[in-house]
Amino acid sequence: MKKLIAASLMGLALSASGAALAEPVKVGMITTLSGGGSGLGVDVRDGFMLAAKMAGNKDLEVIVEDDARKPDLAVQIADKMIQKEKVDVLTGIIWSNLAMAVVPSAVGQGVFYLSPNAGPSMLAGKGCHENYFNVAWQNDNLHEAMGGHANGAGFKNTFILAPNYPAGKDALTGFKRFYEGNVAGELYTKLGQTDYAAEIAQIRASGADSVFFFLPGGMGIAFMKQYAQSGVDIPVMGPAFSFDQGILKAVGDAALGVKNSSQWSKDIDNPANKAFVEAFQAEYGRLPSLYASQGFDTANLILSAMKKADVKDADAFRAALKEADFDSVRGDFKFDSNQHPIQDIYVREVIKEGDVLTNKIIGVGLEDRSSAYVDDCKL
Amino acid sequence: MKRETIINWILALGLLAVPFAALSFDEPFYITLATRVAILALAGVGLNIALGLGGMVSFGHAAFFGIGGYAAGILATHAFNQEPLMTWPLEIAGSNSMLVIWLVAIVMCAIVATVIGMITLRTSGVYFIMITLAFAQMIYYFAISWPSYGGEDGLSIYVRDGFPGLNTLDPMHFFMICYVVLMVCLLFSALLRDSRFGAALQVARQNEVRLASTGIAPFNIRLVAFVISASMTGLAGALFADLNRFVSPSMLSWQVSGEIMIFVILGGVGRLFGPLAGAALFIVMEFYLGGVTEHWQLFLGLILLCVVLFVRGGVVGILAGRQSHG
Amino acid sequence: MTLALFTEQLLNGVQFGVMLFLMAAGLTLVFGVMGLINLAHGSLYMIGAFLCATVAVATGSFWLGLVASLAGAAAAGAVMEIAVIRRLYDRDHLDQVLATFALILIFSEGTRWIFGSFPLYLDIPKALQGAVELPGGAEYPLYRLSIIVVGLLIAFGLYLLISRTRLGMRIRAGESDREMIGALGVDIRTLYTVVFALGAALAGLAGALVGAIQSVQVGMGEPVLILAFVVIVIGGIGSVKGALIGAILVGVVDTMGRILLPQFFALFMETSQATSVGSALASMAIYILMAVILAVKPQGLFAAST
Repeated sequence: MKKLIAASLMGLALSASGAALAEPVKVGMITTLSGGGSGLGVDVRDGFMLAAKMAGNKDLEVIVEDDARKPDLAVQIADKMIQKEKVDVLTGIIWSNLAMAVVPSAVGQGVFYLSPNAGPSMLAGKGCHENYFNVAWQNDNLHEAMGGHANGAGFKNTFILAPNYPAGKDALTGFKRFYEGNVAGELYTKLGQTDYAAEIAQIRASGADSVFFFLPGGMGIAFMKQYAQSGVDIPVMGPAFSFDQGILKAVGDAALGVKNSSQWSKDIDNPANKAFVEAFQAEYGRLPSLYASQGFDTANLILSAMKKADVKDADAFRAALKEADFDSVRGDFKFDSNQHPIQDIYVREVIKEGDVLTNKIIGVGLEDRSSAYVDDCKL
Repeated sequence: MKRETIINWILALGLLAVPFAALSFDEPFYITLATRVAILALAGVGLNIALGLGGMVSFGHAAFFGIGGYAAGILATHAFNQEPLMTWPLEIAGSNSMLVIWLVAIVMCAIVATVIGMITLRTSGVYFIMITLAFAQMIYYFAISWPSYGGEDGLSIYVRDGFPGLNTLDPMHFFMICYVVLMVCLLFSALLRDSRFGAALQVARQNEVRLASTGIAPFNIRLVAFVISASMTGLAGALFADLNRFVSPSMLSWQVSGEIMIFVILGGVGRLFGPLAGAALFIVMEFYLGGVTEHWQLFLGLILLCVVLFVRGGVVGILAGRQSHG
Repeated sequence: MTLALFTEQLLNGVQFGVMLFLMAAGLTLVFGVMGLINLAHGSLYMIGAFLCATVAVATGSFWLGLVASLAGAAAAGAVMEIAVIRRLYDRDHLDQVLATFALILIFSEGTRWIFGSFPLYLDIPKALQGAVELPGGAEYPLYRLSIIVVGLLIAFGLYLLISRTRLGMRIRAGESDREMIGALGVDIRTLYTVVFALGAALAGLAGALVGAIQSVQVGMGEPVLILAFVVIVIGGIGSVKGALIGAILVGVVDTMGRILLPQFFALFMETSQATSVGSALASMAIYILMAVILAVKPQGLFAAST
């Protein structure tokens, strides 16, 4: 009898203490699941959900909705998630313009926002906020790394091009921040442009020894295909956005040998990454891209914070997030004062493994890179 | 009472009732949703003046929607940063007051519409549709590349603009402002339609030669109607920017032009409350379907297709019967 | 800028224009004959590209993929016409806009549902790879030259079809007076389906040809659709000759504008500002062109119907 009472008292005590620690965390994911750029959103979501599944934490509840790449729709969904669904954490946005629409008012309402992709400079500098964390990179980072690599590779006369919009201009500025050689030519293309014959002709005529471009999504696919047919043979470099798994599949062999910069690659040698790549392939039947790795890391960051603090205690949860005490697939992971990552940016080369095109690390572009705007942030 | 008038009253009161119901059920999100419906309906009401009354199918009204939005955004940003807009030849400071912003939005749209109208109204039919689209695209690409106000990243409005006597951050107050503006514009629209100007405009749509033979130049009538229509849509744009606390070139895209046209067509072209019915239906479907499946756009398309094929005259058309004239 | 570079850029402009012509020809036929605004034309372009990519990868032959895209797009067009478009002929333009806009939503999301969210792989056939040397020393991709040749062949083919065949005669008659040819005993319904399927096949062909050197992804049709509308408006609705001339004009203005405007501004501005302003102006260039042409000739350059 005594044993029974003791046991049930134990049970009660355990469940009571369990209840105190295990507060459910509601996460709202607003990402792009339809339309042209949906591959990125699908990757982020798949990476996130895989981490959630692998952890098996029943207190994590995720609501996913599609923003169709429309800023006003993203704002509406964010309002719904905050006011109706009462989410604790928002995440998921791929594009910088949608992030700029949603983040300032979301964090102002006391909701945490963890960015699995977009890293606009405004939110890394002047517009930083204690509730805003970026788990991926600051937009300029990958371009800066390529600039650094260009010096190391001995390129002295690089032709650079990007679309004529803020991310494009930031890309070329980031590249030039580290690149020390001469710029053979600088071109801004039209956003959404698909025919690059004219630009490639300019590249040929400029006498450049290398080309750096930032043309995300379909723009990059078109450019690489056309470049490969043009007979212009000078080496090409760019950020991983134009050479991730989804894009490589569509470009084909035209991308072989291209150097690209990324904070993640599937051959980074640590147990977390190996487990991630294997599990992703088993679950979804395809190789993960850097977007998937970012979604995966975001989920694990939230889970790690959940172990340490109650989400209803905002200050404690924020401190737990800042600690970033989780096994990132990138290896070491820590936040700088503006809550953007300090990380190594690798340089990879596109190779073929059997039948599949993928990337292999050939060096480090920048070590322990923070962001150029960290000093503008008042945190 | 005519059937249409009853429908109109139901729509007007229905929209008003939603936020109060939302308050009593403690679901503040629906107030924001209703505000969105009101603002987009206003954009449609503006277009309806040109499209429904005047027969001018403008595929570029997003240009005015966006100009109104940017007027709000630019003025608010300058007010927030405490920097004047320009110091030469006049000192123009930013502004945080809704009334000033609305005035600027209306005036800017009127100016741009006059210029665009002078060129585009010389064409007709599908040429008019395309050339209005062209102008909207020009402004869209300009806004994307213009770095000072965010370009494609858009402009965040950190503080909601103020209206004397009201707390505009309160969703209910903001909804009431938008609702009253919508009703005032609907009243204006009705008065316009029943006035001599409105009569001339409708004749210009139906039989241009007849109008000219009475001594009234159709071109002038159309131009005025186009400008009024643009200004009203611009006002909606300014409110939209305030609602989202954000303005970006996507407000200028041809997809937005298409969506505003869809509200008008769904509700019933030329019907006074048509845009309100159309906007309400579209927004509710988008909201509801989006929460159900990631393939919501397919189902939205199917529903729209069925509506256009089988529901002639739009929602108000089906409910209220044939349009009575006079 | 050297003469060789200038010539090469001019050729690029022509090639871009020819690609636009393929889209615009189908669109202008449909509008000219049937009086129908079809926003879903871009979806047919996308379907052509997706079919070509799928079949080419499955069979290893680009040519089979091309056949598949022609047949598939024509079939999709025929189905679209019979199921939906047919009910819209006697409706006004607004209903057509709404219905075809709804079709865009259906096709885009439907394609994504079937084929997935990632762009598809499609490469040009081995026979057309590489570059040829032009007189003057520049190298020009063989595939792009082939596109120009194909486009011009199609233009010639359409000319023959419209002016020398019975079908063409009916098409021309339909453009002038729809009711009359019905009264004269021509089966309008079949005629319309054929014309629509023809326009769809042209769009599908364009999608497949262009998809090989661009990205095959959902939503690839809409930007081209807008440009195609600009082309047919400049050229004059219903006129295939107008579509060709309008398309080449648009292609050349757009391409040369992209290259020359930044250089022009660099003459009196510092480089990065010049590039910014020049590119911004270049992206607006074709719309400015259209506005100017319509201001002078409100019905386009070669209006078919008087």
